Amino acid sequence: MGIFSYDFMRNAFIASTFIALTTGVVGVFVSARGMSFLAHTLSEIGFAGAAFGVFLGIPPLDGMLAFTAVSSVAVGRLSARASRREESISAVSSLFIGLGILFLSLSNQSSSYATTILFGSIIGISSQDVVQLIGLAIFVLVTVVIGYRWLAFDSFDSIGAKAQGLNTRLVSVYFLIILAVSVSIGAQIVGSLLVFILLTLPPSVAKYLGRTLPQMMLISVAAALIGVWVGLILGYLTNWPVTFFIATIEFIFYFLALGYHNLHN
Amino acid sequence: MQTPLLTVDHLNFGFYDRPLYQDLSFELAPGSMTSLIGANGVGKTTLVRLLMKQLKPQTGTITYRQDPAVSIGYVPQFRNLEDEYPLSIRSFVALNHPRHFPWLTASDKQALNRVLDETHLLDRQHQRLGAASGGEKQKAYLAQALLDRPNFLILDESTASLDVNTKIELMDLVKELNQNNGLTVLFVTHDLNLAKQYTDQYLLLTKDGSEMKPVSEMDVTTMPEELQPVVEFQEED
Repeated sequence: MGIFSYDFMRNAFIASTFIALTTGVVGVFVSARGMSFLAHTLSEIGFAGAAFGVFLGIPPLDGMLAFTAVSSVAVGRLSARASRREESISAVSSLFIGLGILFLSLSNQSSSYATTILFGSIIGISSQDVVQLIGLAIFVLVTVVIGYRWLAFDSFDSIGAKAQGLNTRLVSVYFLIILAVSVSIGAQIVGSLLVFILLTLPPSVAKYLGRTLPQMMLISVAAALIGVWVGLILGYLTNWPVTFFIATIEFIFYFLALGYHNLHN
Repeated sequence: MQTPLLTVDHLNFGFYDRPLYQDLSFELAPGSMTSLIGANGVGKTTLVRLLMKQLKPQTGTITYRQDPAVSIGYVPQFRNLEDEYPLSIRSFVALNHPRHFPWLTASDKQALNRVLDETHLLDRQHQRLGAASGGEKQKAYLAQALLDRPNFLILDESTASLDVNTKIELMDLVKELNQNNGLTVLFVTHDLNLAKQYTDQYLLLTKDGSEMKPVSEMDVTTMPEELQPVVEFQEED
């Protein structure tokens, strides 16, 4: 297939495979913890971080990692009380979008650069980026495996976890850092505006179809993988934005799964 | 006499200007079934937190038997599981596995099967918990707390949201575990009828003090008004 004769397409495929693995696994916990909205906010914070990176002249991914890691813990603490979760997340996200716009404007970059950060780009991924991305993805997956028992218990039954003496606050911070890194990774292909697609839709599909945690993770990763792979191929063939195809595919999966769930319950 | 499983001696605890217990003393014998009764706000849940060492007594002591050591299983009062909660009953119970990893070992599975069997959930283990009945949910919570085989079980108002038949079914099950496995049970409740029917003794907490008595000596008419049954409980056949 001619598609793999281009370096950038090979890079994009490798990168998106690791992105789908990471977001598919982490997303299952995002969905169980009811943190979809927070994932969305972190994407916007990631945009500000990338813009800050551009402004400083460091790689946007590094700027993203710094911003999402620091702010995820801050947002997590601000929104510890469920009653004010939504408003505190909205407040933080407005500030960060504002900052992102400021940094982009200060850095004198053209608006096409903003488009790349917000909506993603498959052409811009170098082999070096791919190596860094794989390293981060492995970091996230290993961290999930190490903390698996606590993450699973606290995410799927926080009251029970607390009753058994688990330090659920600590687990929360642990997870927020995992989430921050996953957002930064995911944004590399689909863009920061839409990275939450990969963190929320495949796990929702898994939630409707799976009944055990391993099943859910497999389904979620599969839905994410099919989305990014087919999205890349269709993007290559049509020259339309890959993000559009990924969003559409995940949307279709979500509604099929929801329909299946409603039929069987 | 057997060493008590739990000895509470001259316990004092309160929040700021609100003292909850003054010189509370009682013992729980191994294999006993005790109800903890009291009106709202009298400090039942606080006592449970003290027993679980989440709070420290201001004065007095809480001592557990050392040999064999006491391990506590706790079934909390509220769970906030939505209807779309995805995990099966089996997967939910397994969350409490001490070595829980994505895939369970043969001995993990054995322990899980055993507790599902004891709580009569084997037939329903693949049912989604979100779609399970109230009674099945309570049994699953119970099974989860029992997975690491505690010898002391604390049930916090576990029957409060259930209908009469389901209450009886759950309490029959707890009694069965108490008799077959020698599980010591502390049952926190508002329900004097259940306390009388299923437990051996009761610990009544009131603003003015506390008393520990066999349930045979319970006089419902002298209980605090809030605890009086509103609708008389009917024995089902």
